Amino acid sequence: MSDLKSRATEIRRIAVSLINDAGSGHPGSCLSAADLLAVLYFQELREGRDRFVLSKGHACPALYAALHLRGHFDRTALGTFRRLGGLLQGSPTTSIPGVDATCGSLGQGFSIAVGLALGFRQTSRDGRVFVMLGDGELQEGEVWEAAMAAGHHRLGNLCAIVDYNKMQSDDLNERTMRLEPLDAKWGAFNWHVRPIDGHDVNAITAAFADARSRPDRPTVIVAHTIKGKGVSYMEGVPAWHGSVKLKPEEIARALADLGVDPARTHEYAFRG
Amino acid sequence: MAETGFVPSLIGTSGETLREAFGRTVTAIAGRYPSLVVLDADVAGGTGTHHFRREHPDRFVQFGIAEQNMVGAAAGLALAGCLPVASTFAVFALRTIEQVRQSIAYPRLNVKLAASHPGLDAGPDGASSQALEDLAAFRAIPGMTVVSPADAVEMAAAVPAILDFNGPVYLRTGRSPARRVFDDGYRFELGRGRVIREGSDVTIVACGVEVARALDAAALLTRDRVSARVVNMSTIKPIDHDLLAACARETGAFVTAEDHNVIGGLGGAVAEALAATVPAPIEFVGVRDVFGESGEPEELADKFGLTGRWIADAARRAIARKGTR
Repeated sequence: MSDLKSRATEIRRIAVSLINDAGSGHPGSCLSAADLLAVLYFQELREGRDRFVLSKGHACPALYAALHLRGHFDRTALGTFRRLGGLLQGSPTTSIPGVDATCGSLGQGFSIAVGLALGFRQTSRDGRVFVMLGDGELQEGEVWEAAMAAGHHRLGNLCAIVDYNKMQSDDLNERTMRLEPLDAKWGAFNWHVRPIDGHDVNAITAAFADARSRPDRPTVIVAHTIKGKGVSYMEGVPAWHGSVKLKPEEIARALADLGVDPARTHEYAFRG
Repeated sequence: MAETGFVPSLIGTSGETLREAFGRTVTAIAGRYPSLVVLDADVAGGTGTHHFRREHPDRFVQFGIAEQNMVGAAAGLALAGCLPVASTFAVFALRTIEQVRQSIAYPRLNVKLAASHPGLDAGPDGASSQALEDLAAFRAIPGMTVVSPADAVEMAAAVPAILDFNGPVYLRTGRSPARRVFDDGYRFELGRGRVIREGSDVTIVACGVEVARALDAAALLTRDRVSARVVNMSTIKPIDHDLLAACARETGAFVTAEDHNVIGGLGGAVAEALAATVPAPIEFVGVRDVFGESGEPEELADKFGLTGRWIADAARRAIARKGTR
């Protein structure tokens, strides 16, 4: 397994374990985003220069996993997720080391990312801004206000990633509020559109390189993903989007699917 | 009362609009704030920021008619080290309430939101344009500072104070010419109310365009030998508890006056403060939980009960209630 794939697997293990520890969270959304986050945090992002905004803030267990693996906070901090007085809040906040923007209300993180990109340009900084959006999130009107502004201002330092897992809280996008033709929508807002397999780390790597090579316009990576990717019983099942409590046999099965030796599952119990 | 900066001779004279004073000031002092950027949603001519666009085009960012994105992007600009001042009309600021709450106030970012055309002062455009809820809405957000200056002089003094303050601020400007209340030597202090006319029977606490009308009321009350104190409470949040408590001890009755719904704005803030310190009877002058309509600002103020004679009537009621405590 490549280093990036193994990082993605570790992000998945930690994310589902955090949700299990907390008794609630959004596992499906974390699992679909894990490969994208692994490439971002272990290859693409230049620490201190670039910024990442998780606009789909409900996937923060996966973000926290990546930040932990990058050394922003220790294992003890992981045990505080969703806990009173804890460091790791139920949505990402800038009070958490390594978190670049406070998110949690869908649509708003994208505007923050547009503002960051404008601000980097305004202050002549060479930093790049990455923002991950959920597909259901694209139903928020603010997203298209922000998309129009980024296209208008030719924010070549901005790269959006759509975690296109085709599902949202209640049901499939298609049955809730249709997004297609999605590539054409972004193109119509003057973005460079790059559809990829969001679980193929080589494709993700190439897409980021493509985005970097276009200074004159923002790039959106439409990452086709599978909700719940890596945990067999969650894959493609909308019920695993929401704030779910895992049963003991479900977390055991999830960690087994993610390659954790049954004798070592205690390593993924973070609460003391 | 020389230190108050109150100039009786100027009362009643037509002044500059608050939006014009805001726009001119932020443009004039831009050199002192190198990170300052001004954000607009296609209303620069209406908010006064067209001055800034002309003088500092490289620090002016256009967002089109998309206020939610403008305010969210202001958060991002602040995270990138800029000092963003986003400006729109007060009704459209209301549609950004959640962006202000989540993206600006929660992470306590240094963003200023300047809103023109608040209250019945917005005039002929009618109820759809007359924001009567903005003070209440923004006041309810944790960590927000809410400011509503009385005239162009106070606006010119308030803008640098707000830019020097590190934290989110909602600044209420205004559409129509605002009557002169202060002389050029006026000093603004964020978070402090100021007695601008002494009096001993009742305290009229006002903000924005109602301050000049409160002074009208005090003059009317003099004819009845009623001594009314007038307080300019331009910072609605955090409210000046100490000054209100002192006025309660010294005058024993209050009227609040605001071009805003009587629910949740200045009146609410004063009532909360007094209830927690020195309780006293309060009468509330403002729009009485209804929507406005088209008309000239002075016509509307009279019809909806915001002018001096209405404030004076309220003062008499407040004084009459003193004995019933």
